[in-house]
Amino acid sequence: MKLSREEVLRIARLARVGLTDEDVDRLREQLSDILENFEALKQVDTTDVPPTTQSIPLQNVTKDDEVAPSLSQEQTLANAPRKEGEYFRVRAVLE
Amino acid sequence: MITQLTIHEAHGLLKSKKLSSMELTKACLKRIKEVEPRLKALVSVTGELALKQAEKADQRIAAGDINPLTGIPVVLKDVLCTKGVRTTCSSRMLENFVPPYDATVVEKLNNCGAVTLGKANMDEFAMGSSTEHSAFFPTHNPWDLDRVPGGSSGGSAVAVASDEGIFALGSDTGGSIRQPAGFCSVVGLKPTYGRVSRYGLVAFASSLDQIGPLTKDVTDCALVMNAIAGFDDRDSTSVPEPTPDYTKCLSTDLKGLKLGVPKEYFVKGMQPEVESAMRAAIAKLEGLGAKVDWNVSLPSTPYALAAYYIIAPSEASANLARYDGVKYGFSYSDADSMWDAMEKTRQFGFGDEVKRRIMLGTYALSAGYYDAYYLKAQKVRTLIRREFDQAFAKYDALVTPTSPTVPFKIGEKTEDPVQMYLSDVCTLPINIAGVPALSIPAGFGDGLPIGMQLIGKPFGEETILKVAYAYEQATEWHKMRAEIK
Repeated sequence: MKLSREEVLRIARLARVGLTDEDVDRLREQLSDILENFEALKQVDTTDVPPTTQSIPLQNVTKDDEVAPSLSQEQTLANAPRKEGEYFRVRAVLE
Repeated sequence: MITQLTIHEAHGLLKSKKLSSMELTKACLKRIKEVEPRLKALVSVTGELALKQAEKADQRIAAGDINPLTGIPVVLKDVLCTKGVRTTCSSRMLENFVPPYDATVVEKLNNCGAVTLGKANMDEFAMGSSTEHSAFFPTHNPWDLDRVPGGSSGGSAVAVASDEGIFALGSDTGGSIRQPAGFCSVVGLKPTYGRVSRYGLVAFASSLDQIGPLTKDVTDCALVMNAIAGFDDRDSTSVPEPTPDYTKCLSTDLKGLKLGVPKEYFVKGMQPEVESAMRAAIAKLEGLGAKVDWNVSLPSTPYALAAYYIIAPSEASANLARYDGVKYGFSYSDADSMWDAMEKTRQFGFGDEVKRRIMLGTYALSAGYYDAYYLKAQKVRTLIRREFDQAFAKYDALVTPTSPTVPFKIGEKTEDPVQMYLSDVCTLPINIAGVPALSIPAGFGDGLPIGMQLIGKPFGEETILKVAYAYEQATEWHKMRAEIK
């Protein structure tokens, strides 16, 4: 089963990735090809098998809430593409 | 040529004052100048910083303050944050990103007095198996310049194999240290998940990523592990287990050790020269006293590839959501709206492979597909881990090839993602299980390197280092050097 153009565009929208028409055509082929390889998983019996999200036996790791050195405002803003005074500058969210 | 020295050899000379860190550092920078135009292993060369660090190291040594890494030149994969030094992940997205802090491993190396030579090229955001997915340039294999060095830590492996540096750090999510180590004939270790802090490692797939050493021999691997392993409260997945002295386990006597050879790793499509090199290497281990069971089965292995290419891209799609052009990184300036700016930032900032994986992960996590893909893959992950646990109840370590083939030609697989993904078929089950594994030089096929993979139980790095050391002492592969033509 090949992904439709609409499906590729829907995923791109969810991922917020802009694509050219050429990208969409190429990704239709390549993603379909990869997804076809995933079909193999259907052969595995996973009845009563719990999922594993990570491989170590740690849970709910916490630490004391203590004041410690952290990045300065200047350091935090140093890589910002746009800034204004003490703030990151973003585009209007509501138009 | 002094750049050919191992860490322990250089350390001996530094300690006895027969060599200074400045001499060694200058020799490495000269070597880089000489071979870099052909190899393209490095994204940045930090010459000035290196000379400063070498000077400081020599002062420390003069004052009698020396440890095994003091004054030793290192190359860092460009996925590790270095304070004040550009960290690109070989991506347009981070082309001008200068981290305000050091990764924990970098901090640890700096505290040891190691000397940073530069930042190594890689597949963009560590997604790839050939270093061809770097946004800047491909890296070339020193054993044959028309072939790939493997990936994603291709630059790190090449820097060590070509004696640009004495050792390197890489990161491994599905084989990204071991596969290039195998392709370039160096030693590469992916530690147990949680053994080395990931703080300051730019995230790809957080449940799989680990940092590890690429070195010229097994002793060096143990020395670097001594420096970088250990608990770190800045990484919540760092495990509070005590760290042994990894050099203590190195011995050449394998008597009483039980090794298993899982038959599923001798896959269809494996090159005959790889298979025969493996059989010879395993026979050698038998000769050294190990008891080898050639007929172990890990039946879920064939499903690891699909499970990996669901889990890793899913985690990546979430991790890479942070690149929105607001806080740091590339930002598309000529957009109509917030959403347009974000979409174009990611369209032009990410390369094709990164976009492919974000799309794949987004699809696997999206409504209606989650159970069939992501949840199913996580259940298969449980089965894979269980089979490793069962095998380790019987065997001290498992032995497999690192890759089914020798290094392939540049350009051979870039248009066919599935073929590219298959080159990690022997390494990615290990990340899924979270266990440690290393690759060690184990021969050549037509002049091209072949790696042997040793897999250990969780926190069983010492056992695989011991097996690797015994093998290395009984062979000459690690002494061979590429003639860079």
